[in-house]
Amino acid sequence: MAGRFAKTPHVARKEIAESIARGIFGLMSAAMILPLVLIVGYLVVRAWPVLSWEFLLDVPKRGMTDGGIWPAFVGTLYLVGISLLVSTPIGVLAAIYLNEYAKDNWFNRLVNLAVINLAGVPSIVHALFGLGAFVYAARFGYSILSASLTLAIMTLPVIIASTREALASVPMAFREACWNVGATRWQTVRAVVLPNSISGILTGVILQVSRAAGETAPVMFTGAVFFKAVERGDLFPYGLTDQCMALSMHLYTLATQVPNVKEALPYATAVVLLGSVLLVNATAIFVRIWLRNRKKW
Amino acid sequence: MTESPTPSANDIVKEVEVSGLRLAYGGKEVLHGISFDVYRNEILAVIGPAQSGKTSMLRCLNRTIDFTASASVSGSVKVGGEDVRKMSDVFALRRRIGMVAPLPTGLPLSIYDNVAFAPRCSGVTRKADLEPVVEKCLRQAALWDEVKDRLDSLGTALSGGQQQRLTIARALSHRPEILCLDEFSIAIDPVTTMRIEDVLKELREEITIILVTNLTQQARRLSDRTMFLLEGEIVEIDATDVIYSGDAKSEKTRDYVNGVFG
Repeated sequence: MAGRFAKTPHVARKEIAESIARGIFGLMSAAMILPLVLIVGYLVVRAWPVLSWEFLLDVPKRGMTDGGIWPAFVGTLYLVGISLLVSTPIGVLAAIYLNEYAKDNWFNRLVNLAVINLAGVPSIVHALFGLGAFVYAARFGYSILSASLTLAIMTLPVIIASTREALASVPMAFREACWNVGATRWQTVRAVVLPNSISGILTGVILQVSRAAGETAPVMFTGAVFFKAVERGDLFPYGLTDQCMALSMHLYTLATQVPNVKEALPYATAVVLLGSVLLVNATAIFVRIWLRNRKKW
Repeated sequence: MTESPTPSANDIVKEVEVSGLRLAYGGKEVLHGISFDVYRNEILAVIGPAQSGKTSMLRCLNRTIDFTASASVSGSVKVGGEDVRKMSDVFALRRRIGMVAPLPTGLPLSIYDNVAFAPRCSGVTRKADLEPVVEKCLRQAALWDEVKDRLDSLGTALSGGQQQRLTIARALSHRPEILCLDEFSIAIDPVTTMRIEDVLKELREEITIILVTNLTQQARRLSDRTMFLLEGEIVEIDATDVIYSGDAKSEKTRDYVNGVFG
């Protein structure tokens, strides 16, 4: 009986193949960490000489070659905030319609097709569209409004897609149980579907923050400017129809347009942009964990 | 309706009248023009192998078939003498029919809210109105004693057997005239199944029950009449005693209830 569970050569070969496979897959996963660590590390080291709260709160000085980035930071907050204020309600409500109400007919197939294709439009094309539609046709001019609306159109299809995915993850049996007791679609959505998909919906929306904050072309074409005089640390320096500075555009300017910039400045700007985005993503992860722990099945 | 002093066929009230019901999904017909009646306060068992159209038939009764875009229905289904497809308030129709699905489905709400959900949907919101309903339905479903101290815990956290009784409580919460159970016991243990069967025996006093089941012995234990549905057609519908006595008219029925095929 002793030999019954002994390793045969066949089993030994399988085990070797298994450990090689595990090694390769594991190595590739670990390799993903490397670029992130390198990028963040490189940026932080280069930015170190000027990195401080003062850099964040101060305004650019000496023809943009010194000082801080406050106007650009606040500008990005404005642009991202307003664009999501517009795209989130539209996107979430549209997704609820498409997932919970829409019948499978030609019109709704067309809407689906539009959403998918809109998500694939390059940002530079969105930029040109924003310029034509909001700056000129709607006469909003080069302004925060035009730039935010452009960003909103860019983020909208992705919000619709991620919201639909979150809604679809709620089991069909819950909806059928509700319909069976005479609930309307809206009663079903409100009582059962939304409370159980809200974490996925929020995550999808928050991930668009980083996308909107990072895009350069759409804001450059429609409302972001080279320089704007703003008080140090002023939280409300801009109106809707003003032009503003933005982090992504500022980074581009410092890196390519201004001569004799203090060497660390573009890197520090990149650190702030990246840091804000990572912070927002981290928030998304925590919100997700918190809401998932409250998940009820 | 009738003045007849002795109980007779004239006393029978038809709670559900189905005639010439055809149902097709896309081009594929699954119910081929079936006709039958369900009498008030009886238990009608519907037996038949998988893919016979039992569940589809139930979905035609409360018109949840409307949610399947590819489904096309013809023929007539009357509930309480009224054609369901001519009813303007389909939600009221669904509240007249309690529906229990094969798999226990507690909603991701508290036990209390699971049962209070349907009354709330129909506009009952006062706590004083809801509480008696919740208690009565949980008692009727033989679940009250087990959950009365934790009504605010999650319905989805209950065991399978408890969730199925919760589902029955929910199906009773809108005071239906008809209770449809679709293979309610396939996911629960025999002890709980027997408890629910006892519940059904008590409920028959006040409600009409349509019991779709794969267990021919369950149909035999509980029902007054049995309908044998096979591939979208009614093979036979008769008193349960007749169906199981070996006197069934169709050889197919005799074979099926004896376990020879199906």
